[in-house]
Amino acid sequence: MSEKHYAVGLDLGTTHCALAFVDSDKSEGEDILQGLVAIPQLTAPGSVEARPLLPSCLYLPHPDEFKATDLGLPWETEPDRICGELARNQGTTTPIRLVSSAKSWLCHPDVDRKAAILPAGAADEIPQISPFDATVHYLAHLRNAWNGQFPYDPLSRQEVTVTVPASFDPAARELTAEAARAIGIAHLVLLEEPQAALYSWVNASSGDWRQQVRVGDVILVVDVGGGTTDLSLIAVTEQNGALELTRVAVGEHILLGGDNMDLTLAHLLKQKLGRTGVELDRWQLQALTHGCRIAKESLLADTDLDRIPVVVPSRGSRLIGGSIRTELTREEVQSTLIEGFFPAVDSSSRPANRPRGALTKVGLPYAQDPAVTRHLAAFLGRQTGATEDLAGFVAPAAGASFLHPTAVLFNGGVFKAEQLQARVVEVLNQWLAAEDAPPARLLKAQDLDLAVARGAAFYAHVRRHGGVRIRGGTSHSYYVGVESAAPAIPGMEPEIQALCLVPFGLEEGSEPVAAPQEFGLVVGEPVRFRFFGSSVRREDQVGELLEEWPEDELDELDEIQTTLPAKDHKKGEVVAVRLQATVTEVGTLELTAIPVGAPGQHWNIAFNTRGRSGE
Amino acid sequence: MGSAAPSFFRRAFIAFTSFRRALKDPGFAQAVSALAKAEAGRPQARPAGPATVPLAAAQPDSALLLLGLLQKEGRLLDFLKEDIKTYSDQEVGAAARIVHQGCQQVLNAHLKIAPVRDEPEGSRVTLEPGFDASAMRPTGNVVGDPPFVGALVHRGWRVVEMDLPRVTGGHDLRILAAAEVEL
Repeated sequence: MSEKHYAVGLDLGTTHCALAFVDSDKSEGEDILQGLVAIPQLTAPGSVEARPLLPSCLYLPHPDEFKATDLGLPWETEPDRICGELARNQGTTTPIRLVSSAKSWLCHPDVDRKAAILPAGAADEIPQISPFDATVHYLAHLRNAWNGQFPYDPLSRQEVTVTVPASFDPAARELTAEAARAIGIAHLVLLEEPQAALYSWVNASSGDWRQQVRVGDVILVVDVGGGTTDLSLIAVTEQNGALELTRVAVGEHILLGGDNMDLTLAHLLKQKLGRTGVELDRWQLQALTHGCRIAKESLLADTDLDRIPVVVPSRGSRLIGGSIRTELTREEVQSTLIEGFFPAVDSSSRPANRPRGALTKVGLPYAQDPAVTRHLAAFLGRQTGATEDLAGFVAPAAGASFLHPTAVLFNGGVFKAEQLQARVVEVLNQWLAAEDAPPARLLKAQDLDLAVARGAAFYAHVRRHGGVRIRGGTSHSYYVGVESAAPAIPGMEPEIQALCLVPFGLEEGSEPVAAPQEFGLVVGEPVRFRFFGSSVRREDQVGELLEEWPEDELDELDEIQTTLPAKDHKKGEVVAVRLQATVTEVGTLELTAIPVGAPGQHWNIAFNTRGRSGE
Repeated sequence: MGSAAPSFFRRAFIAFTSFRRALKDPGFAQAVSALAKAEAGRPQARPAGPATVPLAAAQPDSALLLLGLLQKEGRLLDFLKEDIKTYSDQEVGAAARIVHQGCQQVLNAHLKIAPVRDEPEGSRVTLEPGFDASAMRPTGNVVGDPPFVGALVHRGWRVVEMDLPRVTGGHDLRILAAAEVEL
């Protein structure tokens, strides 16, 4: 009898975390017994509540700010860090001490992700922590919540899935896996969030999903959370007569989410109040944002309502005398939210990308174009050939300018408003109709806030006990930059070639691949390589050398580096090595250098997560 | 309790003899069974004379906790403590929205409250003999014996579930809202 009774899913979201599980001992086939762990957290000083969602916020209080006895939790805590609801609330009044969106910093290529840089731009006196440490802290909080509810089945002994955005690059995945190992998770696997959403849908249908999709379907997963938008395409294929799911494409990392929408409405009302001579301070704007979110949800849920009053409470105790009243109208929601974030654009439109002003300080690379539909058009346009190599798929009609999805699955809190789901489907179907393709169907998802955690738990369960799996492997092909052996020309950077190290779709646990080319590494000195990824070059094989490529096909990622220890070789000696790549069972990419002629040895090649600015 | 109530040993004796007789005598068994059924339907005999009921003092902690929540989310204390005489109905109404929205959120989050009677108000309802007098209150022409038939004036409210936050040891619940000082 194994000790692993539970399959656990951790949704480590940009704005919220959630924790779900499947009781593997009591689940049989498609009859799955699952549950959700309410996460104890401070909701006010001295008050602990267990809630299904844990806001991904850390507050670093001043030593005199709270009484130590007011910060207790059901487990041992450090008094210098507050996590969850209280942290978020406290951050609205004292933002200089709040760490939020740590996950977006974890995949920020320009910063050292293990350096104490958060809260960004904080004054010297305020303690800072690294994006990595913040991630460890959230995970530790979830672990403690789990261990409190299941003291005899600690998390370290269960099958655990941690979700990551599909758009996370190998370095950010590795950091996430490292954080999970740091809190003692032994049986870990990473899963892309849109896949988790689809697993949740499969699980909720208890087998009926096979009636809802057929071979040749391409499911578009649109996941708009609090802070990020994540897109994926999953094809329905067939293997030995049984339906299979294959993830064929993922989108870019887009920092655009529900929080942007609420903030936009709040600024609209702030301007409206400003015209009547009413000025709002930061606290009031926060309260207004909160009010807008509630008003927006009512307006989107009930089409009979034309306007909803929004009242900004006074901050002082004079509530009636000091409150400010305004209104949010249907027209404003329509023009700002729907036309602003979900405009009915053409399938050929692309997100506007205005050049950034000279950066004075490093911030998060927020999406510059707020239109989700334009990002969607760009994604589908880029992935026109995503299903070309799949058996059972009709070749895209000649002249198709974008990949034609046949079904759509929504995820994320934003789409709790069904009107927004309908809008995206409407825009997509206009694009499809323009190319004489049949309209896409809407797959009915449930629990849009918690689906990722539930799907992750389901995945951890089916991995061990069998069941439907989404195949896919690596979502990109990866390349290392090689300087070409051309004579140097003054003033010109040496031409760089890209050597394919990892083909598209390399599956976890498959045989390692190695390019035949040899590299000379100097022993004892750190050696760095430029590293590239492509989400569209599906046909490149290992060892293929690209002389040139269209600019938008390859993205430069964190560089990779290795140091050969001077143990078996003389320092300064040049050793010829081959670069080998594996996708681990965990789901991270592992690169190693193997000396030619001594295949037993190998040295790890690490992703440099210390930022480009350090050069 | 009247002094006529049998002692424990007496009751044990009655139980044993009844057990034997019930096995032997079907008529006796039927009589005992009828007695048990009748008891379920009939409430306790009305108290014969005046009696003192021990009064329990309500624990202040949950009350303070709930009040703190209603203030935090719905600004209830600010609203109730303010002198509303000088304000227009529109101003009071605007503030009432904050109180309504916030306090409703607290109720939804921590208390599951359901009507005592599910029938629509105004409909005719029957109070069966032995009705729970703390949950249903007959008013007006209260004479005779139940069943009472009357119109439902108010549906009543009942707490089905209550889940208040837990409090850390040493937390001072008397502070319903901390004074805020912006630095």
